[in-house]
Amino acid sequence: MLKRTLSLAAASLLLLGTAQAQAASSGRDYISIVGSSTVYPFSTAVAEQFGKTSNFKTPKIESTGTGGGFKLFCAGDGVDTPDIANASRRIKQSEMETCGKNGVKEIVEIKVGYDGIVVANSKKAEQLQLTRKDLFLALAKEVPNPDDPAQLVANPYKTWKDINKDLPDTKIEVLGPPPTSGTRDAFVELVMEPGCAQFDSIKALEKSDKDKHKATCQTVREDGAYIEAGENDNLIVQKLDANSKAVGIFGYSFLDQNTDKLHGSVIEGSDPTFENIAEGKYSVSRPLFIYVKKAHVGVIPGINEFLAEFTSEAAWGQDGYLAEKGLIPAPKAEQEQYAQAAKELKPLVLE
Amino acid sequence: MTSASSATEQVRRSLPKRYAKERRFRLLGLCAIVLTLFFLFVLLTTIFLKGWTAFQQTHVRLDIHFDPARLDVKNLNNANYAALVHDSLQQMFPEAKNRNERLQLHRLMSNGAAFALQRMVTSNPGIIGTTQSLWLPADDEVDMLLKGHTPRDVPESARRLNDRQLGWIDTLLANDRLEKQFNAAFFSNGDSREPELAGVRGAITGSFFTLLVTLALSFPIGVAAAVYLEEFAPKNTFTDIVEVNINNLAAIPSIIFGLLGLAVFLNFFGLPRSSSVVGGLVLTLMTLPTIIIASRASLKAVPPSIREAALGIGASKMQTILHHVLPLALPGMLTGTIIGMAQALGETAPLLMIGMVAFIVDVPQGLQDPATVLPVQIYLWADSPERGFIERTSAAIMILLMVLLVMNATAVYLRNRFERRW
Repeated sequence: MLKRTLSLAAASLLLLGTAQAQAASSGRDYISIVGSSTVYPFSTAVAEQFGKTSNFKTPKIESTGTGGGFKLFCAGDGVDTPDIANASRRIKQSEMETCGKNGVKEIVEIKVGYDGIVVANSKKAEQLQLTRKDLFLALAKEVPNPDDPAQLVANPYKTWKDINKDLPDTKIEVLGPPPTSGTRDAFVELVMEPGCAQFDSIKALEKSDKDKHKATCQTVREDGAYIEAGENDNLIVQKLDANSKAVGIFGYSFLDQNTDKLHGSVIEGSDPTFENIAEGKYSVSRPLFIYVKKAHVGVIPGINEFLAEFTSEAAWGQDGYLAEKGLIPAPKAEQEQYAQAAKELKPLVLE
Repeated sequence: MTSASSATEQVRRSLPKRYAKERRFRLLGLCAIVLTLFFLFVLLTTIFLKGWTAFQQTHVRLDIHFDPARLDVKNLNNANYAALVHDSLQQMFPEAKNRNERLQLHRLMSNGAAFALQRMVTSNPGIIGTTQSLWLPADDEVDMLLKGHTPRDVPESARRLNDRQLGWIDTLLANDRLEKQFNAAFFSNGDSREPELAGVRGAITGSFFTLLVTLALSFPIGVAAAVYLEEFAPKNTFTDIVEVNINNLAAIPSIIFGLLGLAVFLNFFGLPRSSSVVGGLVLTLMTLPTIIIASRASLKAVPPSIREAALGIGASKMQTILHHVLPLALPGMLTGTIIGMAQALGETAPLLMIGMVAFIVDVPQGLQDPATVLPVQIYLWADSPERGFIERTSAAIMILLMVLLVMNATAVYLRNRFERRW
């Protein structure tokens, strides 16, 4: 008896499932967004506000990483592909080409704001005063030999004091994102490379051996001083709280939420504060983008209205709800420019 | 005679040593159990201590005047409900005058308060014009402060609430207008970016739909495969290969099933991304080997005498299996199925590939709607910067553990209730 009821239930469920599957694959009535986990907290906030205040459904947002997002976004222009891609860096030429090849010809670019990358440690330890050069020396795999700068040697620095006598005499122990993370890419681009450019001997390498130059500037040391702490920034915060000697690298919004436990290191003379990042004084910040598939506007309901919500003063303005979530608003002129682009759906042309 | 007595003597002499050995062995086993229980206890207590506060949420009692000037009956959807909340706060704290101070005052309330008012007005437009005293959700910063998750004895610059805001909170507390209440929103809402509005209902519904599909497919297919392999299949190289492969599949990392699902169900069959039907299909692939192996074991455990007796009195092979073997093996099969389901409930890796790791606010209404599941919800919350999500992560883990506990208890009950021993 038990078995008969069970099998009956199973059969009816199967029927229900297939019937539904046929009914729904024809269209989609919600916006689908994929991409960067850094933009995720901000676009989700906009999506929620949009879903609750408009008559449209709440957009669905997947956190796939910037590269993974573009892969899905550029897979085609059918309604089964996403409408919007979140990105923590600008789209690459190669990605534009893939898009074009698959029929995604017109893409609208909107810069939604900036994100700061902070180097922070526990309040129980002293605040660090760093330069990008210091950070390069602390974290690169190979650095110029302190005795003979023309030569590259495996990173010999053990404590911060070894690098710069003004820094504390604690072991270099940096918790940071793994290579798969966009934060890591940005850190390498914004800190390691400018730091690296300050050495004449490495500069000389650029002419003679380009690959070696790139590897030297971008490779992070693997001898245990840099610890890959996974994609979860909350975990880094917890570890920093427990170990006051360690230093962590993560996004500004996590520092913003934990100012009672951590303080951000001063880099090139400026504190990682909201004002400093917004004014461009803090050097380690990167723009965040969303990319919209123009072919889907009008096909998927609500894209125009969603963009209007995203680019409204209430969302991305100085006192908007995105600023409260840790997004650094772009300068006024830039916001006007991109709000205009969002309104007119001006397709992006990469120079 | 002498040799026998010396043998006894030898045994007697070695006895204390053997007893000691046994005691040590038992002690080691006991230690293993105690150690496991200790770690389990530590895990559960940390989760509970971090998570129990999430079942409460700070609410503020506001006297809301449903101002007809602000609410146009013809256009209730686009009315500014937040303004009602702001008016009420303003009335209570008239000292907040400039724009900055007013913004700080408004930040004490969750934006869920406005949505709550919107729901009230649209369901009952008759309340326009009246003034009501209502408990509305406070912002997560206020909530964290009241629960002691953020300290107030640190310098103002290290706090997300400034001294003026703390003053307002103290006034509210003194007037009995601020209190922690049962957090019903946690059970009735979908995901949200505001910790005070985030709930598990969407994830629980998604998990339910996904498991429904998994159960509906994997149980019949698994049992049929087991019955065929155990009762009908000839013993040859081919069935050997099938058997090896099934055992092998049971040990494959689950992300591989996600990749398979992406290639087959999404790209080839074109099923909707992020839907619970695809999630269910992928988890079916993952749980099938478990169910087949458990079902075969329980079929094997039915004594041959039952089969022989049935065949002996003239039952066909089919009748033997359907009337006698299967009912006797069913409890074991159900146990295996429930364990497989519990495994499927805790899975996130394969769902990443088919787009179920996503921010979804609307509670799914059917198998086709975009959905997420409980473990994914936990993962997403654990990754959020807001401090309010830390307790919610633990609370969601508690709910997941409860569901798992219920499922496993059902498995044990079914086994005890229906199992026959010979």
